[in-house]
Amino acid sequence: MRCVTVNDADRHSHAAGKVPGMINTLSPQALSLLANELRLSILGMLTEAKSGHPGGSLSTIDILTALWFKEMRGVDSPDQLKTDRDRFILSKGHAVPALYAILAKKGFIPESELKNLRRTGSPLQGHPDRMRIPMVEASTGSLGQGMSVAQGMALGLRMNGKQSMIYCMIGDGEMQEGQIWECALSAPKFELSNLVVILDSNGGQIDGPVEKVMPLAPIVDKWRAFNWNVIEINGHDMNEIVAALGETRRAYESGSKKPVFILAHTVKGKGVSFMEGKIEWHGVAPKPDENLRAQAEIKTAMQALRQTS
Amino acid sequence: MSKATRQAFGESLAKLGEQYPEIVVLDADLSKSTKSEIFAKKFPDRFFEMGIAEANMIGTAAGLSFVGKIPFLCSFGCFLTGRYDTIRLSVSYSNANVRLIGTHAGVGIGDDGHSQMGLEDIALMRALPQMGVFQPMDAMETELLMEYLVKDWKGPAYVRLTRQNLPDLYPAQTPFRPGKLLEVLPSSTPPEVIAIASGAGVGEAVTAAKLLAAQGVSMSVWNAHSLKPFDDEMTVELAQKARLIITVEDHSVIGGLGSCVADALATSFKAQAKLVRFGVQDLFGQSGEPAELYDLYGISGAAIARRVTEVLPQLK
Repeated sequence: MRCVTVNDADRHSHAAGKVPGMINTLSPQALSLLANELRLSILGMLTEAKSGHPGGSLSTIDILTALWFKEMRGVDSPDQLKTDRDRFILSKGHAVPALYAILAKKGFIPESELKNLRRTGSPLQGHPDRMRIPMVEASTGSLGQGMSVAQGMALGLRMNGKQSMIYCMIGDGEMQEGQIWECALSAPKFELSNLVVILDSNGGQIDGPVEKVMPLAPIVDKWRAFNWNVIEINGHDMNEIVAALGETRRAYESGSKKPVFILAHTVKGKGVSFMEGKIEWHGVAPKPDENLRAQAEIKTAMQALRQTS
Repeated sequence: MSKATRQAFGESLAKLGEQYPEIVVLDADLSKSTKSEIFAKKFPDRFFEMGIAEANMIGTAAGLSFVGKIPFLCSFGCFLTGRYDTIRLSVSYSNANVRLIGTHAGVGIGDDGHSQMGLEDIALMRALPQMGVFQPMDAMETELLMEYLVKDWKGPAYVRLTRQNLPDLYPAQTPFRPGKLLEVLPSSTPPEVIAIASGAGVGEAVTAAKLLAAQGVSMSVWNAHSLKPFDDEMTVELAQKARLIITVEDHSVIGGLGSCVADALATSFKAQAKLVRFGVQDLFGQSGEPAELYDLYGISGAAIARRVTEVLPQLK
């Protein structure tokens, strides 16, 4: 089933087979350090924009850092937009400052553009827009939609004979959308082991704690019952994140037929003491003085990380 | 000869599948009704049965298009366009190169009643930037439109098709001019009335024209296969040639062909003609015999002719 051979109609790729790109050798400590550097960038751009979503951006950034700087192949230079590459879709589109921080660090967005987040005329829209930013594979922001798009890409790339992995991050509040469950049913049917859905389970949504707004438990049981390969991790422990992503790729390469669901337990606002676990920081940007305090805290944490590494 | 446009679609899709390996087809448990099963049987590896889950089908098709496929996704028009937010973001805003195929257009499906009738699908799709909106009038035009959509169209498009058979009306040896109005029934004398019709409405307009001719009223009939882009220019030109323009469609007049023509006339400084819109008038559909329903909703040839003869004296 994996390599259905049809005429290669993928406009963006020519060479079939393995996705090129160096395997990144950054250590978990180095990745954590990098994630914290990106936290500074996220807070900076949100403060400039005076609006946006710090809580969910900070909860995702450790996982995104591991993906983009360690696990994903073919996402290091613009010419790879035309070749084989792994793909990432941020279905919880409101966390896009985290993705912008990564794309700027990788050179897909000029660093100088970050200060224009959410400004009229800037390509940095409040939610991801695939027509404006390279490597943004899907336009998202209306929750529940990105996972189906990721599924379509996984199907299409497999038909084209590619061995690309497709990663999709969803939020826990987002799991309340019906379309998520439609896709939860269909991806196992199509045996999409090249599809990895990562749940950023930070426990909060706009109207309150997820378990009060609309309970999701038991999450692991639900996805196992839907025939997904489920891995549960601490979404801020870089060792666990890297191990889970590695296990996922090995399962794909050794012929697993199941899509993967990674339940990542995270903390909203992670890294900033006065934001951590606070739902009021879901969609409010820090003021300049709050930003300074937050940046100081993160820099202290980075100092500590450097000493241990 | 007459054929349902869904049937012509299914046959044409299976034929195009030979030449275009990038075509893939998705259906939501209605492949027997939408006629995508013809493709499914011929190319099982390129057909995806998505089950009764339209939103997921729409998003999946968008993803397939982003890696170079040309997906056709099929369901009843009302079920497909009912997943509006998914079409709005994952398809329209994303400029996904997908073809949304909505069958079972209008009250013309008859017995199954309102819940299965596409009655505001054109209105919904027209409101989305980048979305092309098309409705062929017969089998030949469906085939020509399908070729155009595979060879030349880029970006998202919605195609509205009928359950019921429609008469062959496409003039022989006539090239397909995308986006343009096409005269299908000229009047023998300069027309007092010009009908602009779409889909199943074209056949009813032709019937009306014949009934009116017998009463000494000349009416020509034009077909609009493209609701977006819409041929404003020719519409305004026609409105300078006759005293009365009528529109005929099996769809709500709100946002459908009636609105396309009203918009064109109202924003033109040249158009003189008055407008009467035949279609479903801000009403729900219901079960019944298609012919009876067309009478009831005032869109049968006879009902149109009757109403035109009532209106014309008021314009003198």
